[in-house]
Amino acid sequence: MALLSKKDANLIKDPLADNNPITIQVLGICSALAITAELKASVVMAISVLFVLGIGNVVISLMRNIIPSKIRIIVQLIVVATLVIIVDQVLKAFAYELSKTLSVFVGLIITNCIIMGRFEAFALGNGPWRSFLDGIGNALGYGIILVIVGFFRELLGSGTLFGFPVLGNPINKTGLYAFGYENNGFMIIPPAALIVVGIIIWVQRSRNKALIEDN
Amino acid sequence: MAINTEKNSYTVIFAAIMVVIVGTILAYLSSSLSGKIDENKRLEKQQNILYAMGVNENVGEGSVSFVPTEKVAGEFSKYIKEQLIIEGDKITKDDQAYLIDLKKQATAAKEGKTRKLPLFIGDKDGKTFYIIPMRGKGLWDAIWGFVALDDQMVVQGVYFDHAGETPGLGANIKQRYFMDDFAGETILNGTKYAGIAVAKGNNDPLNEIKDDNEVDALAGATITGNGVSAMISESVNLYKDYLETIRVK
Repeated sequence: MALLSKKDANLIKDPLADNNPITIQVLGICSALAITAELKASVVMAISVLFVLGIGNVVISLMRNIIPSKIRIIVQLIVVATLVIIVDQVLKAFAYELSKTLSVFVGLIITNCIIMGRFEAFALGNGPWRSFLDGIGNALGYGIILVIVGFFRELLGSGTLFGFPVLGNPINKTGLYAFGYENNGFMIIPPAALIVVGIIIWVQRSRNKALIEDN
Repeated sequence: MAINTEKNSYTVIFAAIMVVIVGTILAYLSSSLSGKIDENKRLEKQQNILYAMGVNENVGEGSVSFVPTEKVAGEFSKYIKEQLIIEGDKITKDDQAYLIDLKKQATAAKEGKTRKLPLFIGDKDGKTFYIIPMRGKGLWDAIWGFVALDDQMVVQGVYFDHAGETPGLGANIKQRYFMDDFAGETILNGTKYAGIAVAKGNNDPLNEIKDDNEVDALAGATITGNGVSAMISESVNLYKDYLETIRVK
């Protein structure tokens, strides 16, 4: 017996590829451009969004029948902001070091369009369990792109991964740098993320023709 | 018995209840945790001051490790010999000086009051450190830090932190490779308190030239870097009268 029914499994699988929040729905681009200069920041952001979107989707789904439709966006915003602030405060009191690392991500999470997008598009119309799976799926889909972009930007821009030099030392000219290789400073700045995301979209659409809109 | 969620009265009542619930939760959380959070911040300040004067637990090239929180109070009183408050010409000793809020003092200065400037005198292995707290603006939010000077006005160590700089770019001001570049630089240019500029194109990526008042900038973090330069030069100028009295010429 499978752990999840096929329909439920698709809630997790679809956002990873054919309905990816970044490359197909083009949501969450702002944070994908801003924080992917390093792999570590990408991973932290991905985990934070996984947490907030998973729980937020469940909360919104539980409240879906009592939220007045006229003010639903504000209610969603309050739910996500409250969740993030609670986590931030608890971390500040009991895990101060960790909270220092995460504090810069707090603002980015509250304004992340994927979170609002999933509340609006899915959690308002589905039960808590399905909403939870949808949240996890979309956060993973978002995280995968973040990690891929972060990997290439850090590798090509700084020659490191997770801060460890993998291509040699650019100043002492060891490793690849001995053969005249140079780090590409362009990869550090945000426009490079746009290009990497563009290449991912290109690869994805050339493998799956169904994704190409005909007009 | 379905509730009509479209009615205006329902919307207003829902909003009011929601605000009360959320407000209560957050207020309760904030007031019950604030003691612990303030204590963490206080210890962190001590850790930062000690870090700048080289009392830390760094291992290897990349790590930024403070004295552990359990030990910091003891280490702080062991290494920090004197805490001064400089108020115009008046200098007083106060062992709570490190708790002075620089932001409030800057606002007070704008209103025309004399600003209280805290300064910490540390002693490690017989060497005296003059540690200046700093506060400035980055790209998104505040940046702050501490710079430890010797009696020649040569930087012995720095610590920088920030409230919300971009991870991977401006946030890297608190990385070892950036902070370590400041050690050995002089803040004097002749007899002028010039500070240290975070400079692009100073053609010195290994930071071998120590008397140019410049360190190599971070790629992609121009505004944060400029903020650091401005913060250092403003801060040392605030303290320059005092620094002149201790400088060994």
